[in-house]
Amino acid sequence: MPIPTEDARFLPADQLTSLVAGLMAIGYRCIGPAVEQGAIVMRPLDTPALPRGLQAEQQPGSYRVGRDPHDRYFAWANGPQAIKPLTFAPQEAMWRVERNAAGTLQFAAVLPPAERLAVIGVRACDLAALALQDAHFLREGRRDTHYARRREQLFLVAVQCAVPAATCFCASTGDGPTPTSGFDLALAELADGFVATAGSDAGRAVLATLGLAPATSQQCEAARQQGVAAASAQTRRMPGGLRETLMSRLEHPRWDDVAARCLACGNCTAVCPTCFCHAEADAPALDGRSSEHARNWDSCFGESHGHLHGTNVRPDIRTRYRQWLTHKLATWHDQFGRSGCVGCGRCIAWCPVGIDLTEEVAALTGGSDQRAPESGKGAA
Amino acid sequence: MTHEPIDAGPPHAATVVARTQESPSIFTLRLRLDDPAAQAAYRFAPGQFNMLYLYGVGEVPISIMSDPEDRDGIGHTIRAVGRVTQGLAALEAGDRVGLRGPFGRGWPLQEVGGCDVVLVTGGLGCAPVVSVIHYVLRRRERFGKLVIVQGVKHAEDLIWREQYDRWAKLPDTQVLVAASQGGALWPWHVGRVTDLFELAQFNPARAVAMMCGPEGMMRAAADSLLARGLPAPHLYLSMERNMQCAVGRCGHCQFGGAFVCRDGPVFGWDEVKGLLAHRGY
Ligand SMILES: Cc1cc2nc3c(=O)[nH]c(=O)nc-3n(C[C@H](O)[C@H](O)[C@H](O)COP(=O)(O)OP(=O)(O)OC[C@H]3O[C@@H](n4cnc5c(N)ncnc54)[C@H](O)[C@@H]3O)c2cc1C
Ligand code: SF4
Ligand code: SF4
Ligand code: FES
Repeated sequence: MPIPTEDARFLPADQLTSLVAGLMAIGYRCIGPAVEQGAIVMRPLDTPALPRGLQAEQQPGSYRVGRDPHDRYFAWANGPQAIKPLTFAPQEAMWRVERNAAGTLQFAAVLPPAERLAVIGVRACDLAALALQDAHFLREGRRDTHYARRREQLFLVAVQCAVPAATCFCASTGDGPTPTSGFDLALAELADGFVATAGSDAGRAVLATLGLAPATSQQCEAARQQGVAAASAQTRRMPGGLRETLMSRLEHPRWDDVAARCLACGNCTAVCPTCFCHAEADAPALDGRSSEHARNWDSCFGESHGHLHGTNVRPDIRTRYRQWLTHKLATWHDQFGRSGCVGCGRCIAWCPVGIDLTEEVAALTGGSDQRAPESGKGAA
Repeated sequence: MTHEPIDAGPPHAATVVARTQESPSIFTLRLRLDDPAAQAAYRFAPGQFNMLYLYGVGEVPISIMSDPEDRDGIGHTIRAVGRVTQGLAALEAGDRVGLRGPFGRGWPLQEVGGCDVVLVTGGLGCAPVVSVIHYVLRRRERFGKLVIVQGVKHAEDLIWREQYDRWAKLPDTQVLVAASQGGALWPWHVGRVTDLFELAQFNPARAVAMMCGPEGMMRAAADSLLARGLPAPHLYLSMERNMQCAVGRCGHCQFGGAFVCRDGPVFGWDEVKGLLAHRGY
């Protein structure tokens, strides 16, 4: 579904700063794009002015920051991380325990501060990934308190991707490039401003304070067309229905082939917006009186993920790569009713040796990882 | 009042009320939650497990081997192998641990009344199966024959040896033990567990089998039992995977789409047989 026409407003380009300033004024810490260490990352904004003209070229094993010739705000596809670290912290204390002289143990939860964050520039793929993280961490009857506290405070300003990276394939997974749900506000960037739609009461309230004119039907149509064009510009694709196909090829020789290339570095799981694995560890204080129990992001590529005393469930790279791919694309269906891949392409760009999961899937299933040019699926 | 399982949140403090050395490396801790209300409300099913926390070191999943109707304490039989379990082995009565649980799905003991019960274990006398033996013996009239099939590597590995001798003397109870390496005065079979199924006396059509131990052994045992005519829906096993959270969150215990901590550790054979054939899940 494209951006709904009825409630859409038009935000002139020079008023984007007012939107950010407005969010800051009502108490949000705003997170937006910045270039750091050669990548576009999401960082707290000191001022309401967002950088313009950022762009990045992404290829298997390669990410290069560049410049958008049209000097737009959001002509970059996603960087290495977006929402995941803000809700599922890479490292955080869960509880602590104190031991007194008599040896009695006192346990207490350690809760993160509940900070109101507004994230500006969230992509459709990341909203789809967030919905999956919600399904995992906020499961009925087993809500994760730490995740929930952060999640409840998030205000999400989504943007339509007009310029997908070469690694993107969200159109084929049905998750992008136009955001359709899960946001408070969504923007589609046109030459002179943004078509803005609200997706929540909080978003409607913020939009109302800006006093904007309704977007014209031409502006809405231009935004829709832009989404269709961005979808057709994607060259990679992920086929559907992989659950049975992959699980029936668990002894395929391609697993050995990819294992010979894979370094088991875990970059793919670290950048993947849907991976949820974490390890728990204790850090006792030096005075011996207390200890803190924390969790840290973990990866199924690591040695300890499958550790059982005296043996390892996945002792080699072949079984680890197979765990990653079959979890993401096959058994995720059993757990969450859909694939765990939202087509963001991060694991392709950030793989040091350029392993491309769409290519591995094509080799495993005998299909094609290329989009047929005419099968252009519009904005989902 | 129903007792909510203690969540991923902080464990409850518990005190070691008794400690028994079962074999050079195996010991049993009897624990009691420090909060009397929590102890009184604590309920579990055989086959479920707790996360035991050793101060300053970490947590490990350990099956509950005491009787579910024993409300005064919680029993765990543990083999000292690594960081946490070796630390737990050093505890004495009066020492404190943390405890979260119970977690997971236990054995289907409510549904199998009237059936012959075949218990197959390998390794070191698996605690999950010992809890079932106790359960059946205390409610003997509800079940048919009880067949205990236990395989160990070395004769010395059989813990509760006197108990096995005692069980063997009970009516309608058959104890079959095999060690791949026998020892002096070893009264039982020397060889593989699966050799023993020839000797097992039970009615396959109305028996239920529960297994735990090394996966290769369980696969071989499943083949033998199914070949004897045990219906596949009557075959259960307890699985072991790395566990850190026990609430289906940390991802370590995944077995295909299942989270062993939450969907298991007890599974029906049909649920796991496909993936068990592939090393790496
Ligand atoms: C459902 C379940 C029930 C169990 N019941 C019992 C029992 O009743 N008695 C008993 O002696 N053992 C039992 N185990 C095995 C026991 O959990 C391991 O022996 C123990 O975790 C080893 O921890 P360690 O720190 O001493 O060893 P290390 O090798 O130092 O292990 C380091 C960490 O890896 C993980 N780990 C290592 N081995 C295992 C394992 N086999 N299973 C799960 N996580 C592991 C733990 O997080 C552990 O802290 C059970 C395992 C599971 C999954
Ligand atoms: S598997 Fe790769 S492309 Fe798919 S969501 Fe994860 S990082 Fe993105
Ligand atoms: S098992 Fe691997 S692929 Fe699945 S969530 Fe964990 S790290 Fe990601
Ligand atoms: S132990 Fe963490 S998901 Fe099962």
